[in-house]
Amino acid sequence: MSDDNSELSARQRDEARAALQRDLPFALSPSGSFPSPEGGPDLLATSDIVVEAQQIAAVARYLRASLNYIYLSNITAVDLLAHGCFELVYHFYRLSGGPALTIKTRLPREKPELPSLTPFWPGAAFQEREAYDLFGIVFKGHPDLRRIYMWDEFEGFPMRKDFVRQGDKYLSE
Amino acid sequence: MLSTDELQINIGPQHPSTHGVFRLLTRLEGETIIELTPVFGYLHRNHEQLGEANSYLQNMPFTDRLDYFNSMANNHAYALAVEKLAGIEVPERAEYIRVIMVELTRILNHAGAIGFLFNDMGAWQTQLAFSMREREKILDLFEMVSGARMMCNYFRFGGVVRDLPPEFLPALQDLLEAMPAFIDELERLLSENEILLARTQNIGILPKELAISYSVTGPMLRASGIPYDIRKAEPYSIYDRFDFDIPIGSVGDVYDRFLVRIEEMRQSRRILLQALEQLPDATGSHINPKARQNVRPPVGDAYTRIESPKGELGFYLVSDGSTKPYRYKIRAPSFINLTPLGDLCRGHKIADVVVILGSIDIVLGEVDR
Amino acid sequence: MPSDDAVQSDLEQQGVFFSTLNRFYNWGRRSSVWPMAFGLACCAIEMMATGLSRYDLARFGAELFRASPRQADLMIVAGTVTKKMVPQVVRLYNQMPEPRYVISMGACATSGGPFRDGYNVVRGIDLYIPVDVYVPGCPPRPEALLHALMTLQSQIDRQNLKQVRWYGKKARPQSQDFPVPSYGPHGLEIDGKLVDPVGSLPLISSYSSPMEGEQRRDQIEHPELVRVFPDMERELREETSASYAEALEGEDQHVRR
Ligand code: SF4
Repeated sequence: MSDDNSELSARQRDEARAALQRDLPFALSPSGSFPSPEGGPDLLATSDIVVEAQQIAAVARYLRASLNYIYLSNITAVDLLAHGCFELVYHFYRLSGGPALTIKTRLPREKPELPSLTPFWPGAAFQEREAYDLFGIVFKGHPDLRRIYMWDEFEGFPMRKDFVRQGDKYLSE
Repeated sequence: MLSTDELQINIGPQHPSTHGVFRLLTRLEGETIIELTPVFGYLHRNHEQLGEANSYLQNMPFTDRLDYFNSMANNHAYALAVEKLAGIEVPERAEYIRVIMVELTRILNHAGAIGFLFNDMGAWQTQLAFSMREREKILDLFEMVSGARMMCNYFRFGGVVRDLPPEFLPALQDLLEAMPAFIDELERLLSENEILLARTQNIGILPKELAISYSVTGPMLRASGIPYDIRKAEPYSIYDRFDFDIPIGSVGDVYDRFLVRIEEMRQSRRILLQALEQLPDATGSHINPKARQNVRPPVGDAYTRIESPKGELGFYLVSDGSTKPYRYKIRAPSFINLTPLGDLCRGHKIADVVVILGSIDIVLGEVDR
Repeated sequence: MPSDDAVQSDLEQQGVFFSTLNRFYNWGRRSSVWPMAFGLACCAIEMMATGLSRYDLARFGAELFRASPRQADLMIVAGTVTKKMVPQVVRLYNQMPEPRYVISMGACATSGGPFRDGYNVVRGIDLYIPVDVYVPGCPPRPEALLHALMTLQSQIDRQNLKQVRWYGKKARPQSQDFPVPSYGPHGLEIDGKLVDPVGSLPLISSYSSPMEGEQRRDQIEHPELVRVFPDMERELREETSASYAEALEGEDQHVRR
């Protein structure tokens, strides 16, 4: 059963990649624009579709208009400290069912900025604010980009891997 | 002509109707809401950061505390994510036990949600006492299998931690037999009370298109008339073996949301009866004996989602090949279901705010994480 | 007046009641403790379950959950207290009329519990307000909360009207307000001084119980004093290597012989 699902999601992915190649070729990101650390695990290697960060809004709208992925479910930010970048992972669905289409995009750690999806999917508003609060990722065009969990006076982005932590749990670090 | 000034009112974070430590900033014209902004973070417990410091198994009890009404459902979503990441098989019997637990959780959650709705509308604790009575019966079953009432920590990678005790199945059978009477009573209370009808019908309407663009999931999405249930749309576990219906609403108001919940309780009971029938034939034991609990998944990522009682509960895990997740993200249904709250309340009276909020059915442990 | 409890209960069985003012007054207070409806997290659900039909807190006279701190005697801190929530909790406590009591319910309210090392979690509410009864558990079972209430009632019984601050001619009706922390860029601040840095241990000590004068205990927790747990693996390793050496020794002798 899970084999069915993984086959299905691979097929969906290939279809979407082919369609993007045809209609938005400039949006597909060339892989390897961020260095991989020596010795450590290569977290950048992926079989999912990786797009250019600045084109994410165009890609998302294309997916909705042409490929019927009208449901934006999940936005995740990942701090890849060793690679010097943030990765943003978007999960889209079709209402007719089926597994998620995963779209990834990468941002330099020094200037994490990309277009917001909130103007097109208001459901992204809180998730983008969360990524801003905890990782410091700036979503351009977000109508209300404020901290969501921590208080406004707070400095720093606690979910970044280089944020100071202390306590019994972190003794081994 | 009397003129009214604009008024700002702050509700919460300590307020009996906000379902925990939730805060609402409202701007009012008379008694009508012009603008409503939710404020989060009063229960931000850093699940995600602690999840990166824990090993995979250590995170299991933490998921209990996300949506503390539905610890079994949270366990299930997390176990699925790790199993996908590490490629662990689950024996059939374990799948049945899991489904039984999660469906019981759904009944428990919906009964509680409806109890709180009455509470919010001023029937101070009457209905809540009935719902909690039902909840206690289910908690007894949970305690029987896991040893804890609320924080069950019952699932393991590749199964569940121990098999059902012999007295469990008869007790469950008794519970299911007594359940229709309870559900009917609940429905009568809701649909035959005129005050209730006046306060819930045509309040907080969420149209279909908005529901989709707001990424709303769960009973709220279905009340708006979209038959999307992950158990059918992307069947996980063994949900493709059961016969059940997806109830949908026609208007998308508060009333519909609760009718959908009541109907879902009936459907859950149907699933439970089928699971009870099929359980004796299931192969395998309660856990895959080859599954290791101190997993070390290969480098990669996995996203799994389940239809938790509140909506789509997803876990996104990134593994760097060590014993701890590199990234541990929770897609919390009630957090994202809150997005349309401001729009839903605009134009309604301030007394309706608590009812609308109650109909979204939030749990702060999950909203703030 | 009988001071002997045994004589007194004997008489009570006969229908004769004697009391001191102190005892009578405390009996009144302990029999209707009104808690504040104040749930923070998971533990609040168990607190509610305690109040409802199965466990029935009403048997102990404490079923009247009040939504306003002005009408409450008891604050049950049920759940995780986050740094963002502390100012509100302290303010609510300051608004309660005296005499007031606090039950710290669950591991989180007592010490931070499972979330102790989170950047937004307070390591025990007693850093900010004095606590009378602590209840362990995560979440404590309703029975445990009932026991906590009974413990509190026996504490109330033992209070002496001549000694308490809030009764009599020399009463100071409201003791000084407890300082309400404010949000700073790196954590919670009191009077502009950082007291609870985010990502690190608190720099203030906890309060003692009201029975002991609600003073801050004199020790200060410092970040350098992080407890170090024994390195289990290393001990295991040493043990194994020791037994291994022993076995080798035997081997040697065997060979030599
Ligand atoms: S002690 Fe446990 S149950 Fe209580 S609030 Fe903390 S995590 Fe939740």
